[in-house]
Amino acid sequence: MSASEAIQTHTIAALVDNEAGVLARVIGLFSGRGYNIESLTVAEVDAEEHTSRITIVTSGSAQVIEQIKAQLDRLVPVHRVVDLTVETVPLERELALLKLRASGEKRVESLRLADAFRARVVDSTLNSFVFELTGAPEKINAFIELMGPLGLIDVSRTGVAAISRGAEPL
Amino acid sequence: MTENGITGAEIVIRALEDQGVEVIFGYPGGAVLPIYDELFQRDHNIRHVLVRHEQGAVHAAEGYARATGKPGVVLVTSGPGATNAVTGLTDALMDSIPLVVLTGQVPTALIGNDAFQEADTVGITRPCTKHNWLVKDPHDLARVIHEAFYVATKGRPGPVVIDIPKDVQFAEGSYVGPGNVAHRTYKPRVKGDLEKIKDAVDAIAAAKKPVIYTGGGVINSGPAASQLLRELARLTGYPVTSTLMGLGAFPADDPQWLGMLGMHGTWEANHAMHQCDVMLCVGARFDDRVTGRLDAFSPNSTKIHIDIDPSSINKNVIVDIPIVGDVAHVLEDLIRVWKAKVCRPDKTALEQWWHEIDGWRARNCLAYAPSRSVIKPQHAIERLYALTKDRDTYITTEVGQHQMWAAQFFRFQEPNRWMTSGGLGTMGYGLPAAVGVQMAFPDSLVVDIAGEASVQMTMQEMSTAVQYDLPIKIFILNNEYMGMVRQWQELLHGGRYSHSYSDSLPDFVKLAEAYGAVGIRASDPASLDDAIAEMIDIKRPVLFDCVVDKTENCFPMIPSGAAHNEMILSDLAEQSVSDAGKTLV
Ligand SMILES: Cc1ncc(C[n+]2csc(CCOP(=O)(O)OP(=O)(O)O)c2C)c(N)n1
Ligand SMILES: [Mg+2]
Repeated sequence: MSASEAIQTHTIAALVDNEAGVLARVIGLFSGRGYNIESLTVAEVDAEEHTSRITIVTSGSAQVIEQIKAQLDRLVPVHRVVDLTVETVPLERELALLKLRASGEKRVESLRLADAFRARVVDSTLNSFVFELTGAPEKINAFIELMGPLGLIDVSRTGVAAISRGAEPL
Repeated sequence: MTENGITGAEIVIRALEDQGVEVIFGYPGGAVLPIYDELFQRDHNIRHVLVRHEQGAVHAAEGYARATGKPGVVLVTSGPGATNAVTGLTDALMDSIPLVVLTGQVPTALIGNDAFQEADTVGITRPCTKHNWLVKDPHDLARVIHEAFYVATKGRPGPVVIDIPKDVQFAEGSYVGPGNVAHRTYKPRVKGDLEKIKDAVDAIAAAKKPVIYTGGGVINSGPAASQLLRELARLTGYPVTSTLMGLGAFPADDPQWLGMLGMHGTWEANHAMHQCDVMLCVGARFDDRVTGRLDAFSPNSTKIHIDIDPSSINKNVIVDIPIVGDVAHVLEDLIRVWKAKVCRPDKTALEQWWHEIDGWRARNCLAYAPSRSVIKPQHAIERLYALTKDRDTYITTEVGQHQMWAAQFFRFQEPNRWMTSGGLGTMGYGLPAAVGVQMAFPDSLVVDIAGEASVQMTMQEMSTAVQYDLPIKIFILNNEYMGMVRQWQELLHGGRYSHSYSDSLPDFVKLAEAYGAVGIRASDPASLDDAIAEMIDIKRPVLFDCVVDKTENCFPMIPSGAAHNEMILSDLAEQSVSDAGKTLV
């Protein structure tokens, strides 16, 4: 496989008008053209300007990544598309909520691990916990994996929010 | 300037007038009645053409747009009116045709309730429009309509939909004129990057085997682009070929013209594309009908690509010098730089290149076996061209062999004279498109080169042509087969002609008469010219049943999955298709 065909993962940020249907346009573009979505998050970032920021983690060959950016940029309500993975690795954070049902030694062990990962307990009953954890996606993956055998019964993740390093805005 | 106390329906008509709309193609229904009422009551200069099916309205608007360079406008009702428009919208999106399509919608309070004739029109049309809007507030309506015209026509043109609930048409809102509307986000780039243009000029000037490969973007850019293309060709002496969509931008009678390229393109055009060392792609998009097998596509060339749509660049073929911009703007700069640098083509290399090209031309790839007993379809097009070339003629087509023969044998000299469904390949396009063209140019000769199968898909628009005194000519190459399907079945499926015979055909002459039009039939090559002349002279709609050879195939042909230099001519046909190619469409 040549370098240009190798599959890469990129995090792309798009600033869009916060209007009805804009998310459907983006998702429709990805499904219609067969692109991958590994994670997608969206929220309004400027209430006055009515703009939202969409962060998409996607993968494909270099040519496909270029296409994805050009196709996104072509959507009418899109202000700007920035590939955050172009030069440096962007700052990426995700929030996860994990629910465990556990007692005895497993319960103690889960608290110890949570402490090591700097996860917080946000709900507890006599036989359950809900942990909240923020971090890079890999860290969250690792935490989920470790919690699995300790009685993990439910997971909710926000998907990736990302921003570039340094002094420049989007 | 804002005007208050005006209803949504009034706003619609007012905005269309202010946009300079002269013709609307439409079909009424419950959810657009307030707008139809406004058309009835208000004093305005918009002509409404009542079609017989909403698909026909959209194709008519496409024909109108392609011939005039102005956006086509359509008005249809909610639900089935909107869903019937979907094929036309997709067609216009694929071929970059500017359309503004207004759809009625159920009242806002009923949206989402499965109301009578409710459809999620913005949902359904999202992937087949450049953009669409659902207008829930009458105060937004004028702005959205003006924005819609802007989006449809600027950058790479395309169709847009405005979905207007019935209560919004009744409600009072405020009107703003087109001058007050600026788009927040959509600002396509028209000027090309000058450094890239300079690089392109250097590459073009150094070429030994150049080819200029043009497409529909030249037409969309406007008449100036075609003139600039001609100037560039004159300055350089380089050969020019074109996609199906770009025919007419460069005159077919010019000695530098190689003919169309691609699946049914000429031997010389495709070989020049394969062998060239510098390819200047102007407003074309490396479609699979053009490139053939991608990994074998023009393997040794430096590729320059001018396109207004950045997403067309490096989509199918990786290019060396991409230039994002409008064709006319970029060509103008390119010619200016060429002149400023006092570039001269390499004369000896060019002479040798033309010598090589002449060798390919000598294959006479469009040759066909003439006949005295049966009309050959190619001959019919050649005669149609010969007998109409001195007139003010516009050609539309349906989809199939007849379309390819029209592209090969009708010699287009000017842009905007050729309307065909390229990207989507929509059977049923040509007849309504002819209606649209004739509405724009009532005194011109408008001919739909048709197949007997395609034309039955939108045949009912004959009634529209009769109603509005549109003297369109439907020139049917009647081979009693879905000929293009039959050809593939012959070449790729062992001659098993599964459901491709046009059985139970109507008597087209009687059908014409039933519509109040004129029917003519020709089956004898000796009387063909007289019959065509008769057709041209009749100032009414004509259905011309041209009975042709039933089994003629369209060559040359690059089989799916083959490379440009693996093109087949008629006698080589059977053996040359790879198994992988059979799975491609
Ligand atoms: C709406 C639609 N359905 C099916 C096709 C597939 N198709 C392509 S060409 C063709 C046959 C066209 O037959 P006819 O109009 O008689 O033209 P001919 O090829 O015989 O000249 C068909 C069925 C299509 N292009 N469009
Ligand atoms: Mg046929």
